[in-house]
Amino acid sequence: MPLLEIKNLHVEIDGKEILKGLDLTVNAGEVHAIMGPNGSGKSTLAYVLAGKADYEPTAGEVLFNGKNIFDMTPDERAAAGLFLAFQYPLEIPGVATITFLRTALNAQRKKRGEAELSIPDFHKRLYEAAARLSIDRDMLRRAVNVGFSGGEKKRNEILQMALLEPKLSVLDETDSGLDIDALKIVADGVNRLRAPTRSSIVITHYQRLLTYIVPDIVHVLSKGRIVKTGGKELALELEARGYAEYQEEVPA
Amino acid sequence: MNAEVAIIKTAAETALAQAFSQARGRLPGDGAIAKQRAAAFDVFAKTGLPHRRIEDWKYTDLRALMRDAKPLAAPPDAAAKARAKTAGALLGDVETRRLVFVDGAFVAELSDVAVLEPGLTVGSLADALSNGDPTLAAHLGKLAPAGDAAVALNTALMGDGAVIRIASGSTIARPIHLLFVASAKPAASFVRSLVVVEQGARAMLIESHEGPAGSDYQVNAALEIFVGDEAHVDHVKIIGEGSDALHVSTLAAAIGARARFNAFTFTAGGAVVRNQLFLKFDGEDTVAGIRGATLIKGRQHADTTLVVDHVAQRCQSREMFKTVLDGEAHGVFQGRIVVRPRAQKTDAKMMTRALLLSERAEADNKPELEIFADDVQCGHGATAGALDDDLKFYLMARGIPRPEAEALLIRAFLGEAIEGIEHAGLREALMDNVVAWLKAR
Repeated sequence: MPLLEIKNLHVEIDGKEILKGLDLTVNAGEVHAIMGPNGSGKSTLAYVLAGKADYEPTAGEVLFNGKNIFDMTPDERAAAGLFLAFQYPLEIPGVATITFLRTALNAQRKKRGEAELSIPDFHKRLYEAAARLSIDRDMLRRAVNVGFSGGEKKRNEILQMALLEPKLSVLDETDSGLDIDALKIVADGVNRLRAPTRSSIVITHYQRLLTYIVPDIVHVLSKGRIVKTGGKELALELEARGYAEYQEEVPA
Repeated sequence: MNAEVAIIKTAAETALAQAFSQARGRLPGDGAIAKQRAAAFDVFAKTGLPHRRIEDWKYTDLRALMRDAKPLAAPPDAAAKARAKTAGALLGDVETRRLVFVDGAFVAELSDVAVLEPGLTVGSLADALSNGDPTLAAHLGKLAPAGDAAVALNTALMGDGAVIRIASGSTIARPIHLLFVASAKPAASFVRSLVVVEQGARAMLIESHEGPAGSDYQVNAALEIFVGDEAHVDHVKIIGEGSDALHVSTLAAAIGARARFNAFTFTAGGAVVRNQLFLKFDGEDTVAGIRGATLIKGRQHADTTLVVDHVAQRCQSREMFKTVLDGEAHGVFQGRIVVRPRAQKTDAKMMTRALLLSERAEADNKPELEIFADDVQCGHGATAGALDDDLKFYLMARGIPRPEAEALLIRAFLGEAIEGIEHAGLREALMDNVVAWLKAR
């Protein structure tokens, strides 16, 4: 059974159709890249998988581990192993990063019927993961993303991913706004989670990130549908030739 | 009788006049005090209960909200005193020196007054009034605005309260806790306290109000604080009255030079609450933090009315009030900052935020700046809105269920105000009250 199966997905926002019959199958252990021009529906796909309100699926289905995700609330999807690294991580004044992380991890464990982590065990895991991402402890005591630089926010997303150990990570333009050093740190965080049981969908506009996170399969998304699928060489092709040839009207 | 006196109309006003005429002979204090009471009642009798056409009471129409006036509380019986022993849970395990008042009367046997730190003097107002304590002549009624109807009623009918003096240079490490508890009887209590903190002294004063649910008792409490030069005073008021109570309270303070003054009000109880603060910066270079957190639901009405009067120069004040409203609750914030002509280099910033958890809740906000000096920094900001859906989604996308996500955001919202309290144990106790409120939502 595939880990994720998207069949003929149509999604509207405010009555405007953004995804127009998207099909995608992700098997356990695979890393998929989804590339495409601005406005093709990449972020919409990310948000609809995570369960954002106002993203209205009008047709088709999405199965995660064989279960219809539209029957699940965003927190249930997260507990089932779905993770979205936000393109624009939100600032939460008054909530310390460390509190946020512990609340999230324990909520997921509780939902799965697992025991809560003790505070020393949690700290051990957290500090190890943070050190690998060059996140200092002082940052963990600060309010979530408040006063963080763009790069720090993205690293904080990857830290959350590393702690929560999702089955499927969806990274929405995680490379945007990162310098090359930060990009390598982020890529390392993603690669570290690669395992036969885990999968990722890396959404990006540019090939650059895919030098460090080498995908198994590359898709081109245009006007709400996957219009081409290939191997990792497709990303290099797109980098060289641009998206122009994919932006013509797709036959309905 | 003076011809200008308005005819007292409502049942509550009639009952208050009767209560005063019956009680004036036995209320403590004679001579000057009796005259002060009579003059105060005249002020009240002329205006009656404040109503919506009185600007300062625009959103809290006491004439409509106060359907009747309860009889003055009788001295507490043994059963009432026994029940009061379990009071004060709102403060968790914060170590304090307790002064306990049951139905407005000081109860020495429940209070911790046997051994006092050097420099601390504590007594009951009833005793001070009866004994003609000279402290009262010098201070009582000097700060609370005599023209305010609630203050006037308090002055006319004050029965008991605390009189505290902290001698120059003394540091009182243990917070002094004025614990006001109402018994089950639906009565009215008028408590008046006076605190004089002399030059360079340091103290923390906690004032808490609680009572049984389901009893429509009435509390009118007033506290006047004199903060000397270089003194450091923290005042925290916790309004945790029973579900049907009417609570009107006033804090009036005059703050000397180079002092530090922090005031915090936590409001979670009561059917109708009016919390008034009148703070006057009399000396230069003083720093003050005036904050509050209010949590109301159902049909609760809570009004915070603040007047900050900058008289002297180079003082800094920060005002931050946060209100969380659920159900059909009605929250009011009126904040006026006055900067007098001599108060150059004043730095005052006021922020009020209301978080509406229900579409039927209402938050009214009236900030005012009256600036008569030309070299000042003053500002105010106000927001009212629901919880941010995007933030909620972000938390839920990490596996946090909706109720927990909301609770986390509400705690963070109030935390910004509560963090201003310097006493760590008290901060935790108040956050525990917030968590309990959220659980009961």
